[in-house]
Amino acid sequence: MKKEKQSVDRELVDRSFFSRVEPYLYLLPFFLGIVVFTLYPVVNVVLMSFKEDYSYLSRSFTQWGFGNYRIVLSNRYFGQAVGNTIKYVLLVVPISTCIAVVVAYLLNQKLRFNALFQTAYFLPMVTSVTAVGLSWKLMYNQNFGIINYLLSFLGIDPVPWLVNASWSLPALVIFGIWNILPFTIILLLSGLQNIDPQYYTAARVDGSKSLRIFFRITVPLLAPTIFLVCIVNTISSFKVFSELYPLFSGKPGPFNNMYTVVYYIRKAMTDRKYAVAAAAAIILFLFIFAFTMIQTFVRKRMERRGQ
Amino acid sequence: MRVVLDHITKRFADVTAVSDFSATLNDGELVCLLGPSGCGKSTLLNMLSGILPVSDGKIFFDDEDVTMLPPEQRGIGLVFQNYALYPHMTVLGNICFPLETQHVPKEERLARANEIAKLVHVDMLMNRRPAELSGGQQQRVAIARALVKNPRLLLLDEPLSNLDARLRLEMREEIRRIQQRTGVTTIFVTHDQEEAMSISDHIVLMKLGVLQQNDLPQNLYNEPANQFVADFLGNPPINNLPGTVSGGAFITEEGDGVVKMPLFEGIADGRKVNLSVRSESFVLDPDGPLACEVTRVYQMGKEEMAYFKLGECDFRAYIDADEGLKVGNRVRLNLKKRGVFVFDRETGERIK
Repeated sequence: MKKEKQSVDRELVDRSFFSRVEPYLYLLPFFLGIVVFTLYPVVNVVLMSFKEDYSYLSRSFTQWGFGNYRIVLSNRYFGQAVGNTIKYVLLVVPISTCIAVVVAYLLNQKLRFNALFQTAYFLPMVTSVTAVGLSWKLMYNQNFGIINYLLSFLGIDPVPWLVNASWSLPALVIFGIWNILPFTIILLLSGLQNIDPQYYTAARVDGSKSLRIFFRITVPLLAPTIFLVCIVNTISSFKVFSELYPLFSGKPGPFNNMYTVVYYIRKAMTDRKYAVAAAAAIILFLFIFAFTMIQTFVRKRMERRGQ
Repeated sequence: MRVVLDHITKRFADVTAVSDFSATLNDGELVCLLGPSGCGKSTLLNMLSGILPVSDGKIFFDDEDVTMLPPEQRGIGLVFQNYALYPHMTVLGNICFPLETQHVPKEERLARANEIAKLVHVDMLMNRRPAELSGGQQQRVAIARALVKNPRLLLLDEPLSNLDARLRLEMREEIRRIQQRTGVTTIFVTHDQEEAMSISDHIVLMKLGVLQQNDLPQNLYNEPANQFVADFLGNPPINNLPGTVSGGAFITEEGDGVVKMPLFEGIADGRKVNLSVRSESFVLDPDGPLACEVTRVYQMGKEEMAYFKLGECDFRAYIDADEGLKVGNRVRLNLKKRGVFVFDRETGERIK
């Protein structure tokens, strides 16, 4: 029986050799791209981070070891960068998620001018961060910026957004939230549209008001999407750089006080310390990995606990 | 609670889903809204629940005009076709939810939820999620959630259509039992005539948004108001023989049958009518007026279901198996008194 089956299999293999190989041929071009531009660099970065005194030009290094990690971890700017980045993530992700849930909820209502609102909210997505960052730089201007102008109506004195060290993190966070909102809203909106409207009808018949429906029905049913958004945004916020760069004209804040991890990595690279940059990148990866694991763990716990 | 529908009309952009519908539903009864798909029965239910506003007419619960009241103020319990149980809550959470919105204290909430869960037999499933329940169990939970707030009126929208055949039988008995235990006035939407016949006190039969007959189940079957009612109820469907009335007798269009019955006396000569006969209302009779040929015979135990051909007209009849009918036999049939109706062929109206 078994022998028979094997011979049948062989026949099948012989006859359909091409048809078995064919799908891989289609996958090959894209896979080559991944190997060359993603897998090779990733492996290389990991290796490079352990090469001490690495010279990019000669590709020489003295020995394998943790020398680069020691350099990174003892650098006071890197410590500052980690602190700033974590603060940035902890502010941007929760705030942007909360705002996005509310906005997505409103956009999901059958409102008039809905198309107009949707376009307006999604506009930042199709603009370049750097270009928009330059506009924000103008808007943040202490004397001529529109933000301080608007705040003056509330009786608030001009805020030194970009020139005072204690205001640089808020400035960066506000811009970061604005920048990340459209993507978050799109994801949440698609999540909302997957909720069967019958739950709302049922809750309404049961006498629930809008606010209760929102918190007891909408948000729990949206939870999987909210978690997805949190994870994706945490990862992208840890890599904050393109928001920072145009805001402070390429400098890490007015007094070198706004280093972020990616800014630190970039700085190391422009200083041709590639191996140090690689080590910092690995450390960043570990941070992201840890945060994502914590989120997944929390999610699993909440799911098991239920309502 | 008595429900009065007073000339209810519902118009959507280009269709009238319910037109000039009037009916009174008695207190404590289980009433079926019956009709084919698209006849407006769900629309009517949604207007009763307050989810849809009426275009015209008034709805009264007892003497209270509820036409303009929003759903939450009508005191209704609603069971959706697909149950709409909140997937993120346990069975207990689902049942308690309506009470939560009424700000019932927690202990009373739990007590009432447990009591109602016992009534519908889901008390051992309280900590499960809807996804972990079978269709029948979800149905029970949905009913419990609708009943827990002691509604004046329980509305069920095709509650059995998502269940398999066996569960459907079981659940309709259950719905009947629960309804009788609680005594709550219940309106049940279905397109299944058998379901409607078996559990309801009254049936409201609709077609294209128009009330056809509001009556006791057996009256719908035994005294159909028009051709549509006669056609809709009964399995196998009623047999319609086209013909004309002449001199107090019915002359078939096919074959050469001349049926003389008191039924036809007083009908104008030449009127085109259908003679509609239930399958159980035929008898073999050598002197019968209908000469036909047996085309098929199915054994059904004590009786046989025989197909007859009269000219080009086919019909089905239950015949005693002892008669030993064979395909190709030529026999004569007569009619019993019960289950024989005459309808005008143009208007479908019953001629008595």
